[in-house]
Formats: sequence, C-alpha cells, structure tokens
Amino acid sequence: MRSVRLQEKLAGQAQQPDPATPTLSEVFPDTATDAAAVGYLLARLPRKEAPVLWVQDRLSRKESGRPYLAGMATGAAAPPAIILVDLSRAQDVLWAMEEGLRCRALRAVVGEVWGDPPALDFTATKRLALRSEAAQVPCWLVRRAGAANLSAARDRWRIASAPSAPNPHDAQAPGLPRWSLDLFRSRRLKPGQWVAEHDRTADRLYRVAASGDGALAAGDGAQRERATG
Amino acid sequence: MERWQRVMERNGSAPPDEVPLVLAREGHHGPVIHAANRTARLAGIQTGARVVDMRALCPELKVEYADIAGDRHALDRLVLWARRWCPWTVRDGDDGLILDTTGSDHLMGGEAAMLIEMETQLSRLGLSAGLAVAPTWGAAWALARFGPVRSICAADEVSWKLGALPVPALRLDGETVLLLRRLGLKTVGDVIDVPRLSLTRRFVKAPLQANPVLRLDQMLGKTAEPVASVDAKPRIHVQTQLPEPIFDPTAHLPDLCADLCDRLTQTGQGCRSLLLTVYKTDGDVSTVEVATSAPTRDADHLLGLFRDKVERINPGFGFDLITLTAGGVEPLELVQNAFDGNSDEALHLSRLIDRLSARFGPRAVTRPLLRESHVPERAEARGTALTTLERPTVEVRTDRPIRLFDHPEEVRVLYAVPEGPPAQFVWRKQTLRVARYAGPERIAPEWWTDRPGTRLRDYFKVEDQFGRRIWLYREGLHEDGRGGDPRWFVHGCFG
Repeated sequence: MRSVRLQEKLAGQAQQPDPATPTLSEVFPDTATDAAAVGYLLARLPRKEAPVLWVQDRLSRKESGRPYLAGMATGAAAPPAIILVDLSRAQDVLWAMEEGLRCRALRAVVGEVWGDPPALDFTATKRLALRSEAAQVPCWLVRRAGAANLSAARDRWRIASAPSAPNPHDAQAPGLPRWSLDLFRSRRLKPGQWVAEHDRTADRLYRVAASGDGALAAGDGAQRERATG
Repeated sequence: MERWQRVMERNGSAPPDEVPLVLAREGHHGPVIHAANRTARLAGIQTGARVVDMRALCPELKVEYADIAGDRHALDRLVLWARRWCPWTVRDGDDGLILDTTGSDHLMGGEAAMLIEMETQLSRLGLSAGLAVAPTWGAAWALARFGPVRSICAADEVSWKLGALPVPALRLDGETVLLLRRLGLKTVGDVIDVPRLSLTRRFVKAPLQANPVLRLDQMLGKTAEPVASVDAKPRIHVQTQLPEPIFDPTAHLPDLCADLCDRLTQTGQGCRSLLLTVYKTDGDVSTVEVATSAPTRDADHLLGLFRDKVERINPGFGFDLITLTAGGVEPLELVQNAFDGNSDEALHLSRLIDRLSARFGPRAVTRPLLRESHVPERAEARGTALTTLERPTVEVRTDRPIRLFDHPEEVRVLYAVPEGPPAQFVWRKQTLRVARYAGPERIAPEWWTDRPGTRLRDYFKVEDQFGRRIWLYREGLHEDGRGGDPRWFVHGCFG
C-alpha cells in the first residue's frame, strides 16, 4: 500500500502545492452587477478574528456598489470587520493591496479593479501572489469587465449567479443562492465546473448537481392532471 | 503700509518715495487715513483724519485703499514665524506682536542682541519695527511705541522709565486721553502721582479701555495680564538650523525623527501626529502633517509616513530652519504580549492603516459599522479605520444584499397590479424579466430624521431570468398624496 502511494507521488511530476495555502485568486464575474463572485469569496474566507482589507476603485464602486455590511452576516455570527479603502486609480488599488499583504494581521485582502488597466500586468499579479503566499493571507482580485489575459494568479475563477434553489416555504420566492463556478485555470487544483449552493444561516457551501430538476410542466396541478391511484 | 509697498514693488508698480501716499479705510463720514508714508507724514498728514481734509492740506496726495483683513492675516502668519525666537507668541491688536522671551534671550546672546537680531530679520522682510523688552505686556506696548529705540526695561525701573511717556502709552481710547489731557495730566508719571483714591473715584465704572487705573496696574505689574499663546501645551519638538536656505528637507528628516523619538522615549510618551514646519526666508512658514492611528515612537515608521508627503511642502525661496513637532502626545507603555518573539499583530495593523491614510488621506480609509436603523443606507456608518470599540449588538437581518449602491438607480418597471411585484424592468438598458420574487418588505421613513413628505419604500427581492438576485424598491404608493406616480429603484444585489 505504501509503495503504491509512493509511486503515485512520483508519477505526479513535482510535489503538489497544498490547496489550503492562501494565495492570490482572480475572479471574473459574469456581468458587472453580478454579486455572486463577492458572495463566493466571502464564503471562502478563513475563519479568523481579524479584519478584511477591502480596496475598491472608483468605477467598481459606481457600477457594482459597495460592500454592505448588514448583508454579510452569516447566521448568528456578526458580520466580518472590514477596512474599506476607496480609491480612484487601479495602480493605487494594487499599491494598497501590496501594503496590506505585508501585514499578517489581516483575514484577507480583497481588491476590485475595473477593466484592464495597464498597471495590472503579469508582474503586478506575480508580486501579489508571492506576497500573499509569504504572508499567509489570502488575496482575492475581483476583475469586472476585464479580459482573462496573462496573469500569475494561482486560481482563476469565472463565477456567475445561477437560478436559486427552490424555496421550501414559498414556490415563487427565490431560495438559497446558487452559483455556477468555473475554475478555468489553476496551479494546484484540477480545473472544473461546479454549481454550489450557499446556506447563509449555516455559512456552508454545498455542491449540487449541475443539471437541476427539469422545469415543471405548465399547469395548475388540478385534480384531473394528477396521476390517479 | 510697508506690506502694501512690498506688494506693489513685486508688481512693479510701486510709486517713488517722494510721492506723498496714504492708505485709506472707510470711516463714519467718508474715508479716513489708515496709514501714511514718510513723505506724507512730513507734509502734516495725520493718521485717523479724513481724507478730504488732508487733501486740502496736501493737494498732490495719492490715496489707496488699505487691506485691513489682509494685514491681519499677514500678522497672524508673522506670529507663527516669530516662534523662531521663542515658543510663546501672540498677536497684540492689529499692529503688534507679544513674545514671551523669558528664558530664551540667552540663546541669542542677551536681550540687546536679541532685539538687534529681531530687527535685522524683520528688516530683511521689509518691515520696520519698534521693539522693546519689558516685564509686563503694558510696559512693553508703551515702550515699543513711545519709548526710545530698542529700549530694555528691567523689573525695578518700570516706574521711572515709563513716567516720561505720554498718556496714550497707557493703551487708553481717544476720549479718555482727551479727558486726562484736559485734567492737565500729560505723562504717565503725572497719572502715577495723582492720589489713587481720587482716580479710582473718577473712573470707577469705566471699562478697561477707558480706565487709567486698571491700565496703570497692568503696566506696573500689579494686575496680572498673562500672554495666552495660540497653543499652550509644552511641546516636544526638535529643530535643525541650516547655514543657508535649502529647498528639500528630506535629507534632514531621519535625524529629526530619531531625535524626536529619543525625546519621546525619555518621557515615556508616544505621538499621534507629527508636524513638519519649515521657516522660509520670505517670512512665512509652511507645514506638512502626518497622523498615526495609534500613539507611536518608532522613528522608522514615522519617517515612512513622510515619504509621500514631503514633496507637497512649499519651499518658496528656500528655508533655513526645520522643526519637527509631536502632536497628540500621550503616555505610551511598552507592552510585551508574547514570549516567542513574534511581532505584535495589532501594532502591524495600526501601521498599515497609517501608511494607507498617509498616502490616500484619512477619508479614503474607513471602517463600516452597523447602526440601528431600518433605512438600509443608514444602517451602516463610516467609522475611523481603527475602531477598537466592541461591535454594538445590532440585530442583523439575513435578508439584506451584500452589495449596495450609493445612489439607488431608477428603473422602468412593468407590473401586473400597481401595488404588486414587478413583472419586468429595464435596468442599464437591459430588459430583465422577473422569474421569482419575494416581498414586499415595507420600510417606512424615519419621521424623526426624514423630511416630511418622504415616501415609504416597498422592497422586493427579485430573481431575473439569468439567476441574478436584485433588491429593488418602489418609492411611495399610488395616490398617497406625496408626489406623482411611485418610482422604482434598484438598491442592491444579493450574492
């Protein structure tokens, strides 16, 4: 048994990086107003009593709103502490994120950059990734209206909202939120596509089948349409 | 007058010295003379007289208007600039400075040398000054204006040195001076010689400006008249005197920071802000301030905060004196909270916030806090970034979005029933169909803060055909008497 394991390890070319180590992840929301990416990264934050450094540029704030603390509470727990930095230029956002990653006393560093600014090149993402791994602080870069070009991010996600789960109490109301996650490039995980369901009161992510139930046939479910017996 | 002359010289339009020139201000009956140049004074022009009278006396008189507010502002700046001689300076009326030089004269080599140094520096600015050293405010005022040049008056020679000065040296208003002159009292000595009882009886109800007894007591030091400086705390500051003016203080900052932190360490204190002041050769000061979110005395950290700010300093024509002053000084104890040699995490956080707010301004770095309010945008307050308060126990509803727009965006909506949920809406030029909805949740305006006439809101959580969950609200009801048809807004997005 032991030898088999060893062989498996040898078969994989290098030693695999631990998927639990914090690093830089990039998220590309499907549309600018889609908050699924923010919801997903909040669900992935480590459980730790420390503030989150949240850096936004001006266009992201205008087009997609600002993080709203009252909506981030999960169940009985208080919402996370956030240090919000409002900036106007992308290079300032990157500078602030790098400064934040020098500090180990943070829970995470989240940056939002709009579009494809020239400051956000391979070098900038490489610096963020290395600093994040050195400081053991996860770093998330939310890129709205951006193209997925060259980047040193270890994980790159495309995240969109999916139709929510059926609500057990009210058929016409949205239920638990579902997100379609697409990990299209990763250094340490196998890329793939999932649909996740987030339970906010318990703060848990569930994987659900990508092909959901078929839509119910149109009809009012009257007596004559039901199967007898 | 001299400030005006200097401004005109800078513009290149200064009149020659032989033209009699006066500055006028508005009086009760037309303009009166505020100041006159030397030629005009020789021609018999008196300050305070009406311009029309003086023009009759001297037909070629040139009249300009005085900038009294500008003079006062310039004098206020000069008060700060005069701190190069002593730390305790204040403006005295519209035309004087009071410097409490107790204990600082020996730095310049005695009182006489100090007065000469002051006169030299002021004349470099193009200002002439009457200077005097005296034990009381009133005596210094009188000697500087009516006494001999650069007079120095020790504590025991006040009465005989001041006795020869005319009565206006008592800082009295014009009517009282006239009255005393009519009584035959021409000098301060005459007033001193009058029996105190009769003077008191005559001026018992007069206010300070018209009361020679009180003014005399102030002058002779029998009544205290303290100099209330503009900022009165004992300051912790260090300075570097330069042999010749420079433009960039960067090279001197590390030493200054280290010296200041040594001073703070000796007293067991930390500072929350640092003020870098440069004293320019053109008679002005320029300052740069950095602030920290927690008291500190770490020289490297404080130096790092100045890195982006020093270029904002305005060097003018160069400066020859740099001072660094600690502000917000409070006791700081060294705490060791771990034995393993790990660095202090809270300390790192406060330094991160310092660096961010030094670069982007303190308003860019905030911390959202929850508040008790039903109105969504008021349920969140902006606190300072390093709020150490316990989070208030605000009951949090779980049905709030995670993104909120600063300004709700108006949408056009199709609905089946006016009070019901939307069926379809157009947001950012995109038509979205409502697949599912939850609501309404009615949020009434807070009457104790809102203006009357604010409409209530019905919030719906809707899910569009792509699965995005959006929070939108209808403002008002049909025919609620508060404006026309209700309008619809998008206020936030759910995760």
